[in-house]
Amino acid sequence: MSVQTAPSATPAAAPAVRRIAAQASFETRAILRNGEQLLVTIVLPVLVLVGLVRTSFLDLDTQGYTRIDFVTPGVLALAVMSTAFTSQAIATAFDRRNGVLRLMATTPLGRTGLLAGKVLGVLAVEVVQIVVIAGVAVALGWRPELGALPAVVGAGLLGTAAFTALALLLAGTLRAEGVLAVANLVLVLLTVGGGVLLPAAQLAGPLAHAAVLLPSGALGEAMRGALLHGSVPAFSVVILLGWTAALGAGAARLFRWH
Amino acid sequence: MPLSDAPAIDPDPATAGATTTSAAGAATDPDQAVAVEVRGLVKRYDGRAVVDGLDLVARPGAVTAVLGPNGAGKTTTIECCEGLRSPDGGTVRVLGRDPVADARALRPRVGVMLQDGGLPTGVRALELLRHVAAMYATPRPVDELADRLGLHGFARTTVRRLSGGQRQRVALAAAVVGRPDVVFLDEPSAGMDPQSRRAVWDLVRELRADGVAIVLTTHLMDEAADLADHVHVVDHGRVIASGSVRELTDAGTGPGTVRIEAAPGLDLTPLLTTLNTPSTSLSAGYLSSQSPPAQQIPSTQQSGQGSGQDGWVGSECEAGVYTLTGAVDPAALAAVTAWLAERGVLARSVTTGRRTLEDVFLDLTGRNLR
Repeated sequence: MSVQTAPSATPAAAPAVRRIAAQASFETRAILRNGEQLLVTIVLPVLVLVGLVRTSFLDLDTQGYTRIDFVTPGVLALAVMSTAFTSQAIATAFDRRNGVLRLMATTPLGRTGLLAGKVLGVLAVEVVQIVVIAGVAVALGWRPELGALPAVVGAGLLGTAAFTALALLLAGTLRAEGVLAVANLVLVLLTVGGGVLLPAAQLAGPLAHAAVLLPSGALGEAMRGALLHGSVPAFSVVILLGWTAALGAGAARLFRWH
Repeated sequence: MPLSDAPAIDPDPATAGATTTSAAGAATDPDQAVAVEVRGLVKRYDGRAVVDGLDLVARPGAVTAVLGPNGAGKTTTIECCEGLRSPDGGTVRVLGRDPVADARALRPRVGVMLQDGGLPTGVRALELLRHVAAMYATPRPVDELADRLGLHGFARTTVRRLSGGQRQRVALAAAVVGRPDVVFLDEPSAGMDPQSRRAVWDLVRELRADGVAIVLTTHLMDEAADLADHVHVVDHGRVIASGSVRELTDAGTGPGTVRIEAAPGLDLTPLLTTLNTPSTSLSAGYLSSQSPPAQQIPSTQQSGQGSGQDGWVGSECEAGVYTLTGAVDPAALAAVTAWLAERGVLARSVTTGRRTLEDVFLDLTGRNLR
């Protein structure tokens, strides 16, 4: 018989740390192995970086910085958005539709473990993104201050929290196909008019004032603050925390597992 | 439904005692009498009761089948047991615990196979199984389980590219890899080829021998008939019959059936009258009672239901197919053929046999499409 090791023992869960680590690694591999996800999370930001630095389609006001120094922080912010929001929203929406969330919730992982695994998976993918994007940027002549790293990490974590909350809110309330459309559309809109790549002040008309209030604008300002000025502006921190609280509360209340 | 409560809903004396002790002893006592106990379960979607006062008991070392037509409330019931849905009424206890409130304690001990599989599609079959195994302290060896269910042939294929039956086998493996005490299988054989199904059934029997409580939903009669120790027939959110397969097929009616395929529209009344006439020789009695006053037509014309244990009942269940239920003996068969001969009807077939679970199921839930 197959049950040889202590047949009368009560089945037990693996330790929580091991369960969550396993889930995080599982989620990370799932994203990095998926062609469309790689396109959005890695290829798109790298193309934007190279495009903005090496071409002059856009006449950038770099405020006295070199083009690469001015653009790279925004591309890092875009990378965080693509992974924490678009990629996570789509992955979670299809997992929800296919019953994956429900199935994993019945294993010892549980719902909180699943959420923790997802967030850690997002952070792991972001590490890969930052390494790749920074590598390309350095090859293009970027020479960041290493002392800015803690501020970059802080900005990244704040942005990840806000955008993951938005991803879960969408994924838990809309149909999978709807999430696919909305998550991509929102990414495009925020990239163009959300104050991510370029300072909100450089946007046209009312967007110049509105975009700093968006999570995208706040994350962009936070990254630029960290890398150009050595500190994250307090205003951006407050905006990102506010969005995280509001979106997180919405997701917790409205997320449907079925 | 005349038969709603004819086969008793298992008024087991062990049940009451077991629940009171199981709350305390659930964690330590593997021999508790009841593994799953559902009482008066109600679950509504948008105000409509999908499950409406359902009772169900499942025991360790036994296979309990929840049999019912689509939309009967099977999956919702199972999901309440799995802690995936909160009941709107009634109580659900799994291993003596509340599946929602005590989810953390129950998850390591309960294995689940969802109806739609619930498998992530982008990963390879065995990679997924190893991942689920990593959630448990002492899982079954993945390779052994994969052997058992024939997963090695597609171990490195992504779930997306597996056939329905292959996915079902992976999902079953995921449900049992943690060595659960209770397993819920929601339509485990859906989309499976016969070989897969055999492998699955063998595994289920092995789990039963190990003392696992297995609850499976199905609308496959042979699956319930071959596997289940106990069957709950569910319709409109309630259990309408409950018992072993033997109890269900014997219940309320005689021990045998005669099935006749012949011309449609024959009047069974004289035949039933003859069969129900106490007589030393039925065949002779038939001939001698050709024009008797129609005596006991009443309930007998209803299809195989009611308290006809000492009488014959029968009906034309579909055009040209007649089913008679009663004490089948040579004389009864002679009466049937005599009745046919009298009408000059040549039957395409006359077969005798027991009522099958499918007969019981269709009698209980109706033969119309819905």
